[in-house]
Amino acid sequence: MEHISLSQIAIVAGILLILIGLWAIISQRNIIKMIIGFSLFDTGIHIVMVGVGYVRGKTAPVLDEAVNVKEAARQIVDPLPQALVLTAIVIGLGITALMLAYALRLYQKKKTLDVKKFNDLKW
Amino acid sequence: MILKLIAIVLALAILLMGVIAVENKKLVVAVIAAGVVSLFASVFYLLLAAPDVAMTEAAIGSGLSTIIFFYVLNKIKKDRKDHA
Amino acid sequence: MLKKIFFLLVLAGFAVMLFNAYGLSGPDQQLNDVAAHYAEKGPQEVGAANLVASVIVTYRGLDTLGEVTILFLAASIIGFFLKARRDNQRAPKQVRKTSEILETAAKVITPVIFLFGIYVFINGHLTPGGGFQGGAIIASGLVLMLLANPVKKINHNIIRVIESISGFSFILLGIFGLLLAGGFLDNAFLPLGDFGTLLSAGAVPLIYIFIGLKVGAELSGIVSNLQETQKEQI
Repeated sequence: MEHISLSQIAIVAGILLILIGLWAIISQRNIIKMIIGFSLFDTGIHIVMVGVGYVRGKTAPVLDEAVNVKEAARQIVDPLPQALVLTAIVIGLGITALMLAYALRLYQKKKTLDVKKFNDLKW
Repeated sequence: MILKLIAIVLALAILLMGVIAVENKKLVVAVIAAGVVSLFASVFYLLLAAPDVAMTEAAIGSGLSTIIFFYVLNKIKKDRKDHA
Repeated sequence: MLKKIFFLLVLAGFAVMLFNAYGLSGPDQQLNDVAAHYAEKGPQEVGAANLVASVIVTYRGLDTLGEVTILFLAASIIGFFLKARRDNQRAPKQVRKTSEILETAAKVITPVIFLFGIYVFINGHLTPGGGFQGGAIIASGLVLMLLANPVKKINHNIIRVIESISGFSFILLGIFGLLLAGGFLDNAFLPLGDFGTLLSAGAVPLIYIFIGLKVGAELSGIVSNLQETQKEQI
């Protein structure tokens, strides 16, 4: 228990979540299930990135009474991965909504959500 | 120490919910499980000292994205009923 | 069966790659140089108490611009795809009547939610929060409004105007930074003020307000488009 750190737990959990999402994307036949797999994949990547930025025993990068401005570099975790993950989450919602709009349109065209039925480009 | 225990429990809950989201046959259950993954992930971000990311994930990942999944599922269900 | 084995092989390869990249490295004991620079120089250079906000708005401001552009593209493609038929010849949508409690509560709570979203993005440079979270909270308020009253028509013109004005102002503030201070999206063309007060950090609160309005308008547009799309003859 002593030799594993919080960031290692986060990284392992995130990688396993990425694998679950990838499994859904390549093995499921329902388009909605594939989109759910994509969003799990997204969440896994975010957990890995925040876990990489964590430094043992440090606090959040908000300077207030708890963090001395002069010694901030020794008291806070890395703010850069957090900023990138913040934008990535919002983009993830946009992409998920776009995929759902495509899925809805495909359903209205073919009356099915099974990817095996979409074989127009297959030769 | 206690933080690590909570983190391990949260990680296991995230993975369990992820497996449910992928393997359950009912789409509604799968969507809700994906939302719960996001909710647990936001608590996890709080443990990892990232309150900004936790706020975003709670508002977007488990709020808005679940809602738009349900809107689309609702439309598909209505279409199916119209055509059956 | 063969397919399953193939899938598992792909997953195993991916797992080996990811674990080699991240899983075996020990935890960092101190910040790397870039993060240490942000932590030490950030309060003097930017003046925002929330370092994540200073990274998003100034140091990595171009990334935020690209992110807002991607979100705008996604929202407009969704609007293009799901254009609801605007004619009124269809019978009005049959919806289940919402309960009295939900309707009344939504009327009371929705303005408070909007206010909270605005609070979150005005205080983004001091406390956790900021433009993206505030925008998402505003869009959640809109979702509550639509849940309580599903036949309500959202005025898309207002959303479009708010979005255009705030996106334009965001870029204009960036160009002001280029002309009057060190570079594109530099916040120092306004006085930095006292560290930790509401009117500090130069242009960071202004930029965050515009980012918040833009993200809120875009997410509201996505949600309302997905909600009110109707079956269109193809």
